Amino acid sequence: MQFKDYYKIMGVKRDATQDEIKRCYRKLARKYHPDVSKEPDAEARFKEVGEAYEVLKDPEKRAAYDQLGANWKSGQEFRPPPDWEQGFEFRGGEFTGRDSQQFSDFFESLFGAGGLGGRYSRREFHARGEDTYARVSIDLEDAYRGAARSLTLKATEIGADGRPQLRQRTLNVRIPKGVRQGQHIRLAKQGDRGFGQGEPGDLYLEIEFQPHPFYKVEGKDVYVNLPLAPWEAALGATVKAPTPSGTVDIKIPAHSAAGRKLRLAGRGIPAREPGDLYVVLQIELPKADNDQAVAAYEAFASAFQFNPRAHLGV
Amino acid sequence: MLRSDLSNLLSGDVLEEEMLLTLGELSRACRLPAERILELVDEGVIEPVGRNPVQWVFQGVCVRRVRCALRLQRDLGVNPAGAALALDLLEELERLRARLNLMD
Repeated sequence: MQFKDYYKIMGVKRDATQDEIKRCYRKLARKYHPDVSKEPDAEARFKEVGEAYEVLKDPEKRAAYDQLGANWKSGQEFRPPPDWEQGFEFRGGEFTGRDSQQFSDFFESLFGAGGLGGRYSRREFHARGEDTYARVSIDLEDAYRGAARSLTLKATEIGADGRPQLRQRTLNVRIPKGVRQGQHIRLAKQGDRGFGQGEPGDLYLEIEFQPHPFYKVEGKDVYVNLPLAPWEAALGATVKAPTPSGTVDIKIPAHSAAGRKLRLAGRGIPAREPGDLYVVLQIELPKADNDQAVAAYEAFASAFQFNPRAHLGV
Repeated sequence: MLRSDLSNLLSGDVLEEEMLLTLGELSRACRLPAERILELVDEGVIEPVGRNPVQWVFQGVCVRRVRCALRLQRDLGVNPAGAALALDLLEELERLRARLNLMD
């Protein structure tokens, strides 16, 4: 297993006071708390910092850890010294078998069931399993039709021998029609297994939409930019527009300006009260890249007394 | 997906959409004594509809707010009022991020 430099993880000096360590922990915890942080590795960093603090906040564990010496480097191959279990009297603190499952092998070998403090976690223990949380990525179209998703979840749990082990399982989950970005599906009793006779926790799945090349979503409303030719915008036209539930014909009113929004009521995400689809008009200019096109633009120019900068006073 | 898998298809509730809970149901869903729920109502972490605790109805999203408030209290050492403030700010941040995403 690899050595972990708890001082480096917390960014404190080896002679930091207990108060300094506490202040550092609070700061890092706020920064990496999975409910607060958007950093991609927030959860892993939060656990790492939590493990470091678990040791450094407790003067007994910290003294034992310091015994290992200052010459170890993070990631270096590590075995606990053979006399490790002697010479320290642990009071156990609030450390329980439930806490240790989220910590590393390194922590486990020093302070877990096999190492020091083992007698505290071996006692009879019942607890409800932790609620777990996973993210499921779907396409916007799945929210329109409903879908089934197969998820592979990995969880560390305490095996029959009291050691942490990796459990991998696959769940098939129904994605209900009308679901939206950021909503949560609660699957009762699909979280971590309980300990002893405790029942399993719940699994929360957070819905996330894959970015779509042309649809944008806000709540249950969907937006799509629709390019028009200048004459379609000026004269009005009936054009085809894509929607997540299929292509529709849209009537563009004459004199439409760029940025105009046309609302298709009820064509947003089909929640209980369905959202709307907004078609945002854009005007696309054809290129003047041949004689005929240049002549057309020149005829266009001579047909208008048009100053698009009049409102700027120039 | 194989046909045999379809029989194992799990369905859950969408917290933010279809669920309405009584005080007792919320307390069970959050595994929290009703007194602690009352405390969180007092601090404005969650807002029930109804005149008194017997008639209270909570929206499903309250499950998420309560659980998040408990994690913030446990991990960051904030009190219930601080957790309520953090939750409100986080929701505002989420709304603004969604807005921003719409513009680019």
